Order: sequence, then C-alpha cells, then structure tokens
Amino acid sequence: MSKNNTIKKSEPVLMQGNEAIARGALDAGVNFYAGYPITPSTEIAEIFSYELPKRGGKFIQMEDEIASISAIIGGSLAGAKTMTATSGPGFSLMQEGIGFAKMTETPCVVVNVMRGGPSTGLPTKPSQSDIMQARWGNHGDAPAIVLYPNSVMESYELSIRAVNLAEKYRTCVVLLSDEVLGHMRETVNLPDLSKIKIINRIKPTIPPEWYKHFPENPKYPMPMASFGEGYRFHVTGLSHDEKGFPTNKAKEISRMMERFRKKVEYYIEDIVQIESFFMEDAKIAIFTAGITARAAKEAIIKARKRGIKVGLLRPLTIWPFPDAAVKKYLGDKKAIIVPELNEGQLSHELKRVMGGIWNYEIRKTKNIVELHKNSGELITPEEIFQTIREVK
Amino acid sequence: MPKISQKAIHKYLRHDKNFPHVWCPGCSNGIVLGATIRAIAELGYKKDNIVMVSGIGCSSRMPVYVDFNTLHTLHGRAIAYATGVKIVKPEMKVIVITGDGDATAIGGNHFIHGARRNIDMTVILINNNIYGMTGGQYSPTTPYGDRTTTTPYGNIDPTFDICDLAIGAGATFVARTTAFHVIEAQSFIKQAFEHKGFSLVEIISACPVIYGRLNKKGDAPAMMKSMKENVLTIKAFEKLSDEQKKGKQKRGIFVNKIRPEYIEEYDKLITSLQDEKGR
Repeated sequence: MSKNNTIKKSEPVLMQGNEAIARGALDAGVNFYAGYPITPSTEIAEIFSYELPKRGGKFIQMEDEIASISAIIGGSLAGAKTMTATSGPGFSLMQEGIGFAKMTETPCVVVNVMRGGPSTGLPTKPSQSDIMQARWGNHGDAPAIVLYPNSVMESYELSIRAVNLAEKYRTCVVLLSDEVLGHMRETVNLPDLSKIKIINRIKPTIPPEWYKHFPENPKYPMPMASFGEGYRFHVTGLSHDEKGFPTNKAKEISRMMERFRKKVEYYIEDIVQIESFFMEDAKIAIFTAGITARAAKEAIIKARKRGIKVGLLRPLTIWPFPDAAVKKYLGDKKAIIVPELNEGQLSHELKRVMGGIWNYEIRKTKNIVELHKNSGELITPEEIFQTIREVK
Repeated sequence: MPKISQKAIHKYLRHDKNFPHVWCPGCSNGIVLGATIRAIAELGYKKDNIVMVSGIGCSSRMPVYVDFNTLHTLHGRAIAYATGVKIVKPEMKVIVITGDGDATAIGGNHFIHGARRNIDMTVILINNNIYGMTGGQYSPTTPYGDRTTTTPYGNIDPTFDICDLAIGAGATFVARTTAFHVIEAQSFIKQAFEHKGFSLVEIISACPVIYGRLNKKGDAPAMMKSMKENVLTIKAFEKLSDEQKKGKQKRGIFVNKIRPEYIEEYDKLITSLQDEKGR
C-alpha cells in the first residue's frame, strides 16, 4: 500500500483498487472506520488505520465482522460518516447488521471485495458470486443500493458515490469489488477535491419536540439528527412509528415498509448508473459488470474488427436492477451474452426483466446466452469472443 | 446519599406513548431502571448527553422508556454499537443495558473485548438466569440442575461467573449486587458512571413469572428474600466454609482500578500525529 499522503491531485498515480476505494471514501468524508481483517479486502482497513488518525478521524479493528458493522452503525448514529470493508465470509456475518442499518435508516457503507465461495472458498481468487447476497442477504424485505466498479479510477469514484448515496438516502450502501479489481494497479488521475460533489447530512432546525426521525412522505436528502444534538430520538430494529418507537399497528408498519421501498423506487433515476459501449448498432449485446466487463470490452473490440456488431451494457448500479435500461437497450437484440464469475446471478435477473426463458415467445426472439465460471479464474476476452462467434 | 424523589424520576421517562411497559409483574427490571435513573439524577447528567444502548431481551427493552438518546440494537451487539457511538462522541455518557444471555452468550465476544479495550462505558447487566422474552430457555448463568423449557430434565451446563469473566477480560470496575439491595445497586451504578473505563455492574434479578415458576422459587417477594439470604457481602461470604458457600454468591465491588482508557489513548495518538505534521 502507498503511504504517501501528499499525492497532488491531477498528477497521475499508480494505485491499487482497494486503495482507490479507501481514498474515495476519505475524500467523501468518511471519518470513522471499523473493520476486521479478511483477504482480499484488508488493504482498505490498513489504509484507514494509517490515514484516519492523521486527519482527526478514528479507526478501530473490532473483534469480528458483526462487531464491525455494529460499530459503524453506532458511529453513524453519533454523527460520523462510516465505512467497513470485508469479503464473502465477513459479508455473511454482517447481514443482520446491514438489515438493521436499512431498518433504522442509518447511513453507512459496506465494501465487499468478492472472492470465491461458498464458505471459506477461494480467499485469493476473484468471484462475482455475492451479487444476489448483496440484494437479498439480510432477512426481511428491504431494497438495496449496490454499486460495482470495473476499474481503479471507478473504484475511487463509486466509493465517493456510495458514501453520498448512503448519506442522501439514509441506508446501508454496498460497494462491490472483486479480488482482481481490488488488487489490480492502474494509473489514475484523481480529481481536484474541490471538484468532487460531496453530500453531507442536513441537520434538523425544528424544535426537538417536533422532530420525527422517520417522518411520513420523506424527501431525500432530509434532515437527520445525531445523538447528542438535543433531539433524544429512539432507534430500534423493531418495526417502528415515525418517532422510532416500536409499533404493532398494521397501518404504521405498512407506512414504514413503504418508506424503504419508495426511497429506491422513486429515486431510481438518481441511483442507477449504466454504461453502454458500442450499443448503437449492436445486434448482439453483452450484459455484465465489474471485472468481467473489461474482458467483454476487449472481446467486443476484437469482434468489431471482424465486422461483428456487438456491444456491451454494463450496470454500475447493480441494485436496484436497471430494468428500464435493460428493456431499452437489450429489448431488440438477437442475442444477449451474460458472462459472469458465478452460476448465473446477473442472468437470472435479466431473465426476470426480459420475461423469463420459459416464455416461448421470448425464447424465440431473445436468446440469453450464459457464460459462467466459478473456478476462481477470470473469464478471458477470448472465451467471450468465441461465444460471440457462436451466437452470431 | 441525597434523596431523589419519586417525582424526579418522571422527568427522565417517556410518558407520551411507551407505557405500560412490557415487563411481567414482579420483574426486577423496573427496580434496576429506577436505580439507574436515580444514579443519573444524583450525578446531574444532562439527558441530551446520555446514550443508552441495549441488545435484545427483557432487560434490553429499557431504553424505549427513558428520555435519552436511545438505541435498541441486535441480540448481543449492544457493546459493539456502543463502542461506535463512544468513539465518535467521546463526550457522551454511554450506558449499556443488557442481560445474561445477551451479554455472555450471543454477545460474549463483544463483552470481553469491550472490557479488554477498557473503553469508557457502563454496562448494567441484569442477570435473571434465564431467557425470559422467549419463554424460559437456559442461559449461561442458569444454575446446575435448574429447569427451563430447554432443560426439561435439569440443566447440566456449567455457569459463568459474569464478574470473574469481566475481571479476566480486563474490566476496570466490576461490581455485583441484587435487585433486593436497591440502595447498593444505585450506589454501584453511580460509582460505575463516575469511573473512567469499562465498568460492569451485574445485578442479580428476579424473574418470578418464568424462571421462578419453572423452578418453584415462589413469588416475587419469595425470590427477593432468597436474594437477601443467598447473595452476601464479600466479607460475609468469605467467612463461610466451602460447604456453606454452595448456592451462595458474593456481592460488592470486586475491582476498581485505573488503566489507560481506549479513546484517551486514541486521542493521544491523534495529537502526536498532528504535532508531527505541525513540525
């Protein structure tokens, strides 16, 4: 890891993906980090432990991942911008806490640098097999905001965006990466700090007796009090009313659940980011994210040189799933190739949006070709290129 | 000890919609709540400056009733949440309310590491020897041979001595009393609040409706009487023969010492790094 704190912005620097995540979060204002060592995410904790005390922030290595997510939620309620980073096994342990952050609408960011699973799996090899866990990992219904970059520069940018979205929508945002992306080094030109858009929490100005921590019809960003500011609110993982007190009333519970759903549904255009690459005239589309999208791009360039009209649609926001963009860009394609480092998690969702493979009509007109790899190796550009040739 | 009137307690409670409370008749949790509030009133702490954090269980329902900054977290995790709060806002008084199952079974890891770090917070642990909220299953403090819904033939699981556990883990203020010894409880809680570092006050409590009923311990007054007779001062306890000590426990302040506190150490680190920068 680079211990150089005097990087001049706009000067090109060689940086690792994990370091870019840490630097992005620091630039976004993260001032409290709690974590537990786990390969391949540990560098993020190391950088925070080095950087935070110098900036007056605080780092703590907790006793496990459960404690780590708990501490960052506590820290966030006390007013800090918080983050933790982990990988598969730790991400599983954090799920109850992630659910608590969503339930209590407490901003925080969890980074999951994906490795092969299940269980201890492949600590030093990449995977994209936590895409569904990032959406459905916590028990109970609650939408997720999940981002997934595909380069070191984008790791930096999406780390800032993850912190901003967490603060704006008051929820736990998951930032996915993978072992290769996390450990890969690339030259990046970090932007000038003054040019980065940072979202800070808005403080309430109303008298404490009027304050509602979970008001009806919220507009985001919304004022949010922290502990110790005179508002003395209650936070609980139980279903709660507008003031945060436990409730069993069906009407209040429905209202609370609707809040969770609406904050993602109503603001989906603000949350979703996609990249389209050579999609204008493409007959064949590739749909993938993260590290695999890089192989796809190379395969597309090779295929284009041979006159094959193929393009890439890449979600930077995995969840909420970009249904509208998928329909718009992929609706008329002859074939959609979905390469991914798992057994079909993105393609599963794609099938939901495109009508499902068992729909005879769809199967006839839309051909979703899945390309899976779960052995800890990357999908190569050549493999994607061969698939393009097969479906052409 | 200055007398805190019963009326004074009300200004610390959330009367608007949170009562009646969930606790069963004869439960000791209300006694502990009263002792805690009186200790706070005595010390004159500002309500805005107190964070009360709890986990899951009967005792952990306490924060909803008090007019502080209150955080009712996940089962076992109160100390981990409280750690985050305290690190970010060290100027606040952090109180953790927990129970025997919450703190020493599912939350055992956070309990020992909180004590090890000596992070400045007061843990008030209400030990009723059972999981009350789920209807009476055995906890790490259920005595040998006792009946619970998951020890239908009697408990064979050895118990924790919670105070010994805290001392072993490095807590710098460790005390035990009972819900019967309510003036002492108030005094211990007050001393724990004033202590800089990780402080634990274990309060042995009566759960007549679940634990008492399953083990034929009698009603609430009978269980109170049992606490009076079986939980002795350190001095009285030490006088007993090994045979007499069986079924008895000691109460008192076992540890009260000063050791570097985690956040103070971290602040020193920040200061030294900033001095370096200034040089």
